[in-house]
Amino acid sequence: MTVISVKNVTKIFGKNPNQVLDLVKKGMGKEQLLKETGHTLGLHNISLDIKKGEIFVIMGLSGSGKSTLIRHFNRLIDPTDGQILVDGKNVLSLSIKELEAFRRKKMSMVFQRFGLMPHRTVLQNVAYGLEIQGIPKLERHKIAEEWIEAVGLQGYGHQYPSQLSGGMQQRVGLARALATNADILLMDEAFSALDPLIRSQMQDQLVELQEKLQKTIIFITHDLDEALRIGDKIAILKDGVLSQIGTPAEILTNPADDYVSAFVRDVNRARVLTVDTVMKPPHYRITTDNMERALAEMHRKGHDYGYVIEDDEYRGVVTREDLAQEVAKPGKSPSLFDYADDSSTIVTGHTLEEALPVTLDCDHPVPVVNDEGQLEGVLHPEEVGSALSPEPTNQDDDNDTLPSRAVALEKKAS
Amino acid sequence: MLIDIFPNIGKAIRSSTNQFVDYLIMNFADGFEAFSNFILFFLVKLEKLLRSSDPLIILLIIGLLAFWASRKLLLSAGMVLAMWFIGTLGLWEQAMQTIAIMLVSVVIATLIGIPLGIAAARSNRFQSTLNPILDLMQTIPAFVYLIPAAMLFGLGKIPAILATVIYATPPLTRLTDLGIRQVDYEVVEAGRAFGATKWQILKGIQIPLALPAIMQGINQTMMMALAMVVIASMIGARGVGETVLLGLQRNDSGQGLIGGLAIVLLAIVFDRITQSAGNRMQSHKNQSN
Repeated sequence: MTVISVKNVTKIFGKNPNQVLDLVKKGMGKEQLLKETGHTLGLHNISLDIKKGEIFVIMGLSGSGKSTLIRHFNRLIDPTDGQILVDGKNVLSLSIKELEAFRRKKMSMVFQRFGLMPHRTVLQNVAYGLEIQGIPKLERHKIAEEWIEAVGLQGYGHQYPSQLSGGMQQRVGLARALATNADILLMDEAFSALDPLIRSQMQDQLVELQEKLQKTIIFITHDLDEALRIGDKIAILKDGVLSQIGTPAEILTNPADDYVSAFVRDVNRARVLTVDTVMKPPHYRITTDNMERALAEMHRKGHDYGYVIEDDEYRGVVTREDLAQEVAKPGKSPSLFDYADDSSTIVTGHTLEEALPVTLDCDHPVPVVNDEGQLEGVLHPEEVGSALSPEPTNQDDDNDTLPSRAVALEKKAS
Repeated sequence: MLIDIFPNIGKAIRSSTNQFVDYLIMNFADGFEAFSNFILFFLVKLEKLLRSSDPLIILLIIGLLAFWASRKLLLSAGMVLAMWFIGTLGLWEQAMQTIAIMLVSVVIATLIGIPLGIAAARSNRFQSTLNPILDLMQTIPAFVYLIPAAMLFGLGKIPAILATVIYATPPLTRLTDLGIRQVDYEVVEAGRAFGATKWQILKGIQIPLALPAIMQGINQTMMMALAMVVIASMIGARGVGETVLLGLQRNDSGQGLIGGLAIVLLAIVFDRITQSAGNRMQSHKNQSN
């Protein structure tokens, strides 16, 4: 179900945005517009849909318009052109009163530099949204206490923000946003000002909270690793234009343009891609329990190994060599279902990083099994290898001009 | 000289101003008098209260105020001592008169200055219109508007208060404007994002965070009000300013000095108390360690 729908939104900053809108519609670019009219093109013809319950990441470098875009959702910034629908309702048609009610109930926001009120205690900060709604003091403080605990800050309620570390301050920001119980959470570079270690803790905490709360989260970041780590969907923004929208795996394996592919080149793919995206269907399944029959079939078809399946359930892998030895032994052969070796398997959803040791240890493609014990596919070592190395680019000189360097620089700066 | 490049505009301004003042006196004398009486009512009450109170009680109140503002015993004792010293100069009564005029002026300046400062912070256009007016208020010699003021309100305390307010309001307006503009924009944006109304943002975020600057403005207003006491005494406001003025008229340097000392001591007392109050208002900034 679509919760937020952005339709052809364009934002122009300057004295007379509406006058130059036609020029932009006719295709005038950002630089030409600035040179000829003195107007800045913030966003150009952005359309996207955000579904209920997903973490939708908007990523781009500074100046790409991502912070401008997120401020359109709760109309902290009004678009020059286009529509924004939330739950099917056009938010641009709201009166000031309706807009205030909408911001109180529907969306809450977490800010890059926390946006906490320095003259209020942690408790008063967390209760701020409720105070604005007119909820009585006792009740709002009770709710605020609960959220302070939920983000792991119990005992800090009566301290002032300046007494807390950056990570703790942002937890206060998160608690304040969650306390209003709005369905939609806007997070504007919420973790960008934090140390790397604290940042990954906060990412984990967010994902954990999200599993419980099932909010719709729009998350802004300039860090692709962060985007890939927490995003269900990622939109990549460059100079106010959307480059690509897709799942993390789609972005990584199928970048839409040079800009995106340069971006993803530096990513630790092993940590992002799951085995599901790389596995192939098993080339040979054995469904019989009878060893002789299985061996004969392998001979006939020329397979050196096969995956043994009993009624949809994966039992293990056998090689032709082992099978031949076992059959040659005197006496009755054991059940193939019991004989098959099921020691090395990978569960679906695991990352390649987790799967890599098993894959390298095995002399045959590693079976990938789902939670119900069914064989979903197999993982070839060479497929893993090629998934981990990004697409080869034609010109190596490109490296200098493409955003991978910019990412590295921005990472350093932040 | 063949052509006069200076057409005589001064004459026109002069006569039309005079006509305008005459017109005001002729037509609105009752209104001015009512206004004058309204302020005088509060001023007289306050002055009576201060002068009729036992000096010991006033000293105690000063000490408590200083302690409430600073939470420092030594400073509070110093303030009491300074006030006591004014009494030893033989100027207690005059000091009470001066305090009464100063306080009423500061209250009026606050009622005008803070809303103007808030309005200036919200609109660049209003700010750029207001700025030259504030410049004018601070630089135009007080006697210029004391002449019509004395004509409109009569000699005495009201024109003195008017002069003080005109001179002392601009720093408060400027500092209120600056204080509100300097509030972290992200915090204001957070207020908006949570659906706060403009009034809620002003009351709950902008004014509290601008309060140290506003307190600084009130402090400046007090200091400038005290700087006006001698001029105020020239049009009949009594108090320590009159002591200085008498010293000047009688060629009595000693009297001038003790009057001056009393003004300086009053300034120190009110400066320290308001400064400390202002500092304590930003205590949330100093609690991290």
